[in-house]
Amino acid sequence: MMKGNEAIGEAAIVAGCRCFFGYPITPQNELPEYMARRLPEVGGVFVQAESEVAAINMVYGAAAAGARAMTSSSSPGVSLKQEGISYLSACELPCVVVNMVRGGPGLGGIQPAQSDYFQATRGGGHGDYRTLVYGAASVQELVDLTIEAFDAADRYRNPVLLLADGILGQMMEPAVFPDSPPLPPPAKPWAVTGASGRPRNLINSLILQPDMLEAHNWRLMEKFRQIEEREVRWEEDQLDDAELVVVAYGTTARVVRAALGAARREGLKVGLLRPITLWPFPAQPLRRLKRARAVLTVEMSTGQMVEDVRLAVEGRLPVQFYGRTGGVVPTPREVLARIKEIAGELAQEAGGRK
Amino acid sequence: MKQVFGRPRVLNDVVMHYCPGCHHGVIHRLIGEVVDELGIAERTIGIAPVGCSVLAYNYFNLDFVQAAHGRAPAVATGIKRALPDRVVFTYQGDGDLAAIGTAEVVHAAMRSERITVVFVNNAVFGMTSGQMAPTTLVGQKTTTTPWGRDARVHGHPLRVAEMLAALYGPAYIARVSVHTPAQVMKAKKCLEKAFRTQLEDRGFSMVEFVSNCPTNWGLSPLDSVRWLEENMLKYYPLGEFKLPEEVA
Ligand SMILES: Cc1ncc(C[n+]2csc(CCOP(=O)(O)OP(=O)(O)O)c2C)c(N)n1
Ligand code: SF4
Ligand SMILES: [Mg+2]
Repeated sequence: MMKGNEAIGEAAIVAGCRCFFGYPITPQNELPEYMARRLPEVGGVFVQAESEVAAINMVYGAAAAGARAMTSSSSPGVSLKQEGISYLSACELPCVVVNMVRGGPGLGGIQPAQSDYFQATRGGGHGDYRTLVYGAASVQELVDLTIEAFDAADRYRNPVLLLADGILGQMMEPAVFPDSPPLPPPAKPWAVTGASGRPRNLINSLILQPDMLEAHNWRLMEKFRQIEEREVRWEEDQLDDAELVVVAYGTTARVVRAALGAARREGLKVGLLRPITLWPFPAQPLRRLKRARAVLTVEMSTGQMVEDVRLAVEGRLPVQFYGRTGGVVPTPREVLARIKEIAGELAQEAGGRK
Repeated sequence: MKQVFGRPRVLNDVVMHYCPGCHHGVIHRLIGEVVDELGIAERTIGIAPVGCSVLAYNYFNLDFVQAAHGRAPAVATGIKRALPDRVVFTYQGDGDLAAIGTAEVVHAAMRSERITVVFVNNAVFGMTSGQMAPTTLVGQKTTTTPWGRDARVHGHPLRVAEMLAALYGPAYIARVSVHTPAQVMKAKKCLEKAFRTQLEDRGFSMVEFVSNCPTNWGLSPLDSVRWLEENMLKYYPLGEFKLPEEVA
């Protein structure tokens, strides 16, 4: 049994991360605290930075030097990291950034939220870029996705975000750790390590000629297109015969799953689509639904992922939304009530058509 | 024939973009000479954030990183912690280091990161066309202090070398200038001490260069040197502010 926050730390160490830079913020403090204890034992470095801005720039430096580097924070701190993430993406530097999302905007609260979805899935900082974004729903998944995140970051030479919240970070669940990452970290001949026996290396994102910057951006875009093609991940639960498809990720997906059992026992044909990658968003399963007559998106926000759901169904199905925000977690009972309401409307419609 | 004067090997044979009379080029050259003489080019990594010297990576034949405005000491921390046996230096302007990046340099100094900071104080934001910097002198006209810096509105300029020397962490802090040949020689000695401080693992080192910006000061190169001598050096005295024992 391990706490989610600590499990991320141990998974990062398994993945070969030896550089962690952080700044305290609730609800992710157990992660940097764990790294402060553990990293010295494995010959790694933990630095408590003077700010999130400094932490992400330390990550930028360590990543430039070829290390597997990580930082973690929660919403307000992740906002501060955005300039750095943009630079990392522009310079094609790999790293993993954890966001234990809390209620916002502003200082907000410390309770679970999913209101950083827009920020995470639209790049977040300035400029034309994307980051691969995972949304975990269990401690084991935090472990697996952390390891995969390092792998994907190196493969695409781009920052990877891992989103969860205080519930998942604080929750104790059993977790199994592999002995090593599935692939050894790749060679990084581009890293700045001192120009010894090779031409010098340069890490740079200043490209003053518009045509050259445009070419650079399209080249990055080609990489993002590959990520969309290869990395999209989701989980389906009883979608085959579902007339109502609920879309939810992370903690919310756990709540929906609890409501789903009760709905099925009442004979309602409801299924769950749980995005595991938030970007790229799993549009495919929503496009090939056969029996579905409506979609319900449940989020801990005032409605962010629902826009991706609408883009995916392209008007073919009505898309409903149920959200709680500010750190309020929806209950299975609330979700069940909403499911029943929509199921009732669908039944009425079907009746009306007869 | 023995060659006694030439381009340092780590400087590329290209024309620098700096304005005529700007001291950035001289300071680059000094870094090149010191890196050459210490024989550390193959394990040195430079970092230049935005500012007129953002293109420094074109001039040094060294592994180089361009950094976000003000963040070079944090980037240097990341590199040095990942590769402790390399030599890492930053090259930062006064807008960069003393305004947006004050926190990063103070904390890198406090942690005594084994890095060398080359700080170029020209009392203005050069690259963005001459706005007031934290180092702009009281009374000095800039594009954002059209009637001269008023201490009641903008405070008094920041003396970075003195400020950092007051911390426990740094090992070597000096302020130099390159406006006369004699000062150039002194500056080079200080720069070498700063790099040695890092090579000998003694702690954080910084050399502040009192520099010029003829373009944004609205002066000829020669007049800018005179202005520097008469105004800048009064407020920014040259000297060594902190020394590790053996390096002294
Ligand atoms: C976040 C951010 N803010 C502002 C800028 C614009 N900017 C570029 S250089 C600079 C100031 C440069 O002044 P200084 O560091 O003194 O260097 P100098 O050009 O005088 O050598 C500013 C404000 C930027 N690139 N990034
Ligand atoms: S603007 Fe000033 S600092 Fe920049 S290159 Fe010209 S003279 Fe030098
Ligand atoms: Mg300046």
